[in-house]
Amino acid sequence: MAKDVQPLNLYTKSVGVKVLLSLFSGFMLLLIVGPLLWLAIHAFATEWLFPSYKPKGWTLDWFRKVFEVPTLVDAMKTSLIISPIVVLLSAVICLPAAYASARYNYWGRKSFLIIMFASNAFPKIGLFATIATLYYFLNLMGTLVGVIIIQVLGTIIFMTWIPAAAFAAVPKSLEEAARDAGAGKFRVFRTITLKMAMPGILVAMVMSFIYAFDEAQGTFLIGAPTIYTMPTAMYAIVETYPIQVTAVFSILLTIPSVLLIGLARKHIIGGQLAEGFQIK
Amino acid sequence: MANQSGEGLELVGLRKILGGRVIIDDLNLVVNKGEMVSLLGPSGCGKTTTLRMIAGFLIPESGKVFLAGKDVTEIGPEKRPSAMVFQNYALWPHMTVFKNVAYPLKVRKMSKSEIEKRVHDVLEMVNLMHHKDSRPAQISGGEQQRVALARALVQEPDILLLDEPLSNLDAKLRVKVREDIRELQRRLGITTVIVTHDQDEALSISDRIAVMNEGRIEQFSTPQELYDAPQTEYVANFIGSLNRVTGSFENGAISAGSDVIGIRPEDVFFSKNQIPGSVAATVTLVVPRGHFYEVYLKRNDAELRAFVSSEVPKAGDAGFANITKALIYRDGKLVRTA
Ligand SMILES: Nc1ncnc2c1ncn2[C@@H]1O[C@H](COP(=O)(O)OP(=O)(O)OP(=O)(O)O)[C@@H](O)[C@H]1O
Ligand SMILES: [Mg+2]
Repeated sequence: MAKDVQPLNLYTKSVGVKVLLSLFSGFMLLLIVGPLLWLAIHAFATEWLFPSYKPKGWTLDWFRKVFEVPTLVDAMKTSLIISPIVVLLSAVICLPAAYASARYNYWGRKSFLIIMFASNAFPKIGLFATIATLYYFLNLMGTLVGVIIIQVLGTIIFMTWIPAAAFAAVPKSLEEAARDAGAGKFRVFRTITLKMAMPGILVAMVMSFIYAFDEAQGTFLIGAPTIYTMPTAMYAIVETYPIQVTAVFSILLTIPSVLLIGLARKHIIGGQLAEGFQIK
Repeated sequence: MANQSGEGLELVGLRKILGGRVIIDDLNLVVNKGEMVSLLGPSGCGKTTTLRMIAGFLIPESGKVFLAGKDVTEIGPEKRPSAMVFQNYALWPHMTVFKNVAYPLKVRKMSKSEIEKRVHDVLEMVNLMHHKDSRPAQISGGEQQRVALARALVQEPDILLLDEPLSNLDAKLRVKVREDIRELQRRLGITTVIVTHDQDEALSISDRIAVMNEGRIEQFSTPQELYDAPQTEYVANFIGSLNRVTGSFENGAISAGSDVIGIRPEDVFFSKNQIPGSVAATVTLVVPRGHFYEVYLKRNDAELRAFVSSEVPKAGDAGFANITKALIYRDGKLVRTA
């Protein structure tokens, strides 16, 4: 290992540059965190009107209110049921494809990955509209199955590309060593390949979950007016309830994703891949 | 097909095509039980390919592989009685040293206590008990190498296969580890095939060496035989150092001719005094080589190198050089030694 390689030195002594950089970082932070903060405050504020710089008072009433509206509670339930199903279904469908594209050089492998990628570059609404016409024909409009399928479609990109890279990064010799040690093909996959690709797969699952949980376009088109998830219920909320309810709902919408990222973080960042183990 | 090796290893007429090219062609090899054999040859000659056919990662186009008296040609690596140590060790980074070594036993559905005992024994053997809970990334290259060896040995294989197991170690460690491996192999009596392109390594730890050239075995014999009587010019060139002169060799002198005469530098002697068979020579260059000197000599019939360790001459010295042994090749094959 070359010890004389120094990290790129971007350290600066100039106070002016430092101040400028700090200001810039602060500004970026404000841009991103500002609206979230504003939202969070609204969720707990009794009332907060324009010229006043702080809310009149604090309350948890808005949360209670949200949980009192049956349609909103239903939307939450639907979201919490649908999203995990979408993630698991997507994993079951995509992981074998990801593994195949990483390990076998079959005909059309490249095209498969590129089409997967390219299909995501086009505006989704066009695809959804086409699917909707197909759904009318198949009687899937307004059904849970229809919504799940539409959400799975959107997660495919995460569930193929990221795990494919993770599988490809598992050195073949590690699988061969396991075969040599007496393990059959399936056991090798389960104990070596899958285990080592797990951080990548977890990332893909978290991203898929966040996507599915947040998906509104397709879900609204297919699900409404019988099935509402949290994001699609949002359309109605914005029109009929005060801003504080929107704020509460937004916060509720964020919780699962934040929780998931927190849970997966340990496995993703603290995993063996982060130990910097170098394998030829 | 007859299997002469008994409990060892036998390769019969192996042929392997990779990427449209014949990599191994009609390769035959018999390794006796308990023997340690090196596959030695330059890069790309097919050593790894041969080893992978023995391990079961590659299936030969034709030919047969016998391990411990059984035809395993069509059998997958997991069912063969062989264990392999990979060149890059191929340790599983998500498992501790203990788990790495325990894996083959777990696959064999051994009881927990039995696994515990066996893994401890083998880790004790390779001096790694203190690292049993470390991850592969946390231990040194030499230690990783020993884990890989332990993982192979714990399976108590009939055949141990090693693919350049020492190439990632520094020179000093390499010598120590190869002696450790040899010692273990002798003690356990495991039939072993080791791939190397380092002739020192092969000469010092093998019972027999198979010198490979372009997918074939040129010569298969003991290190001593290989050195004293290399059967082909290729082997003579590959093993040890060689003066190569074209001519005809008679009574210690070289005259015009078409044979290839191979003379080991340690069979060339320089002296101030003439003795029977020696020819006048001058020293043109002296190069120190550590524990000996390489002396370049010019005789009227040839230019020769000699290895000298005492009474080292200086460049420009005049005297006599005689050749005590020569290998004579015709069409690349050894025809006689003189
Ligand atoms: N999968 C493959 N496809 C095509 N050619 C291959 C393949 N594997 C090996 N070869 C070729 O076969 C030849 C022998 O390879 P092999 O790995 O057996 O050599 P080696 O003797 O082990 O060399 P080294 O000392 O460099 O490891 C090489 O020319 C290599 O390029
Ligand atoms: Mg090789």
